[in-house]
Amino acid sequence: MPLLEELKAQITRRLPELDLVIGWGQGYDPLHHTPVFIKTEADLDKLVFDPLCVHNLSTYLTRYVHGKKLGVVVKGCDSRSVVELLQEKLIKREDVVVFGLPCEGVADLGKIKRALAEQDLDIGRVRTVSFEKGSLALTVAGKNVELPMSKVLADKCGRCKYHNAVIHDEFAGQPIEGQSQDAYEDVAAFEGQTLEERMEFWREQMERCVRCYACRNACPLCVCRDYCIAQSREPGWVSQRDGLEEKLFFQMIHATHLAGRCTECGECERACPVDIPLLLLKRKLNKEILDLFDYRAGTEPDVKPPLLSFKVKEENINERGW
Amino acid sequence: MAAKYLASEKLPAWLAELAASRVVLVPVKERDAVVFRPYSEGVKPVLDRQANVPPKASIFPASESLMSFKYIKNPEDLGQVAVEVHETVDAPPTVVFGGRPCDVRGFNIFDRVYDCPKVQDPYYKARRENTLFVTLACEDAENACFCHWVGSSPSDPVGSDVLLTPIQGGYLVEDVSKRGKALLSSKLLADGSKRSTEAKAVHKAALESLGEVWNPEKAPAKLLEKFDDMGFWEDVSAKCVSCGACTYLCPTCYCFNVTDERSGMKGERIRTWDNCMSYLFTLEASGHNPRPTKAHRLKNRVGHKFSYYPDIHEGIFACCGCGRCIKLCPVSVDIREIVRLAVERPTAKPEKS
Ligand code: SF4
Ligand code: SF4
Ligand code: SF4
Ligand code: SF4
Ligand code: SF4
Repeated sequence: MPLLEELKAQITRRLPELDLVIGWGQGYDPLHHTPVFIKTEADLDKLVFDPLCVHNLSTYLTRYVHGKKLGVVVKGCDSRSVVELLQEKLIKREDVVVFGLPCEGVADLGKIKRALAEQDLDIGRVRTVSFEKGSLALTVAGKNVELPMSKVLADKCGRCKYHNAVIHDEFAGQPIEGQSQDAYEDVAAFEGQTLEERMEFWREQMERCVRCYACRNACPLCVCRDYCIAQSREPGWVSQRDGLEEKLFFQMIHATHLAGRCTECGECERACPVDIPLLLLKRKLNKEILDLFDYRAGTEPDVKPPLLSFKVKEENINERGW
Repeated sequence: MAAKYLASEKLPAWLAELAASRVVLVPVKERDAVVFRPYSEGVKPVLDRQANVPPKASIFPASESLMSFKYIKNPEDLGQVAVEVHETVDAPPTVVFGGRPCDVRGFNIFDRVYDCPKVQDPYYKARRENTLFVTLACEDAENACFCHWVGSSPSDPVGSDVLLTPIQGGYLVEDVSKRGKALLSSKLLADGSKRSTEAKAVHKAALESLGEVWNPEKAPAKLLEKFDDMGFWEDVSAKCVSCGACTYLCPTCYCFNVTDERSGMKGERIRTWDNCMSYLFTLEASGHNPRPTKAHRLKNRVGHKFSYYPDIHEGIFACCGCGRCIKLCPVSVDIREIVRLAVERPTAKPEKS
């Protein structure tokens, strides 16, 4: 059975015990998919699965009251967020049915945009899209364009270690063999620059931040949301000015709150309407967490996250030797 | 209207001329985003697509100081404190160059709120008076564009001072307002009177590229009718993550917050963009929130644009159809679909309790 049909059959079987199932459907144009909320079997017609299913749908799990029974369709990386949410007791295992998928990678719309711009074409005018043998075929402004998948694949997929959902109640399709290594080379390269260069880089990037908080709200692990200190007046920690200091300060808050929790799904960066490379900040902190605690968020359901636990003496931190 | 012609290669020179005596904001590319930045030599304007962020901040800054204040203790009696207040109006002469008709049309929606017989916002007014718009007509619509639904078009001159239309080799440059006419005296502009038909053909093709018109005239009444139909609003807002990107990037959203940012004995009262998609927007001091869920909040955003505003402003929609809230929403919430569903779907009758 093709993967999508298998998934639909699984959802059909589980639907009676669920309030709704969150999956992906076709969005406003051929390049954009959008989350769909399946409540009845008839809604299943809306379901799609292909490399345009970029959203990490687990972000919706904490937006429903405890006790609602939800189904969620997840790729490998998305499933890590579900694990992390469970580890942090932000959701209850009995409240969620995880429909896991094997995933070979999703497209980065920013890369598609750039690739089209190289040919003087605009992503906003794409009329048709199809995926064929390792490439993405598009029609834009009356022209046919073929882009190799390798050129438009999200960076996170190039270093993916978890193609198959790490947690699932149902699994459709065949697990994907093999995994890539992630040695945080991008972060190391960035760290190779001087402090001034790095600061200058972030200055330039944050300049265009509009403080819209799409980065915060798209993040499945950023759960304060309505009560976020970035906007709250009681306490009023962060000024509402739109200076670089405030904008960068907020990103620092977000990044540190996500240290050791962030599963690097990249939703913060994808959601940003002005293309600020936020994942680099998150990856920097995760690199530290990996070095210090030998821990990757959301990969081991039975382990307690290091920053939620306390040890008198951490193995990799030689406090007494300082 | 005088029609002039600007050859493409003369564009930098004209921008330099304009920038000699004022700030000229042009769309530029930063990574994959296009944002408005002050022009200086060497800056390359991006004129082949709509900017991610509209030039809204030119007149309505994301954050502006309304006044600065200082507390002064009376040395004779330390319990007595005086406040010194300085109003701070910052309105440098500005030209916004290369915005789209939808980008500037937004300010006509602002005007009815910030500069009307009843209310005159001095900050807004000063900048409005000091800012001119040299707008670029669109050649081809994007998938999220729907300016033709709301009474506008890809060559809509409303709100602009000068309208540019891309034609072979350069631009047809037409003055729209009296102030715009003054910008046309440049020696860099040649006579363009013979090329108006070319520009008209561009306008027509662009309008056609938008596809069929859907008329939202029933929207105000239908949206009001759905006010208590929370099932409808829960359904259409299910995927919204309540971020606010849609409102911050909207050329017609004008809500703000006022906060005092104080440190020690001095501070500033600032006004910053706020947005109805945020829980904190309507949170009252008592702790009560009349719009507790994202469904309530999305209802407000759509209702404001397509019902409440047109109801009190002669039927004008508070939406210019720029499509930013659709294409820059992280989950592709589509306001066109919501308005259409509000009109076409039967309204659920509220249950009697
Ligand atoms: S990171 Fe892995 S699981 Fe996630 S989208 Fe990419 S390939 Fe799929
Ligand atoms: S911080 Fe960004 S990458 Fe990390 S979990 Fe949140 S959205 Fe995903
Ligand atoms: S999504 Fe981007 S623009 Fe919005 S607050 Fe985050 S960094 Fe700033
Ligand atoms: S509609 Fe989209 S952009 Fe607006 S608040 Fe909801 S998720 Fe954010
Ligand atoms: S509501 Fe959306 S389409 Fe309308 S003006 Fe605002 S951003 Fe543009």
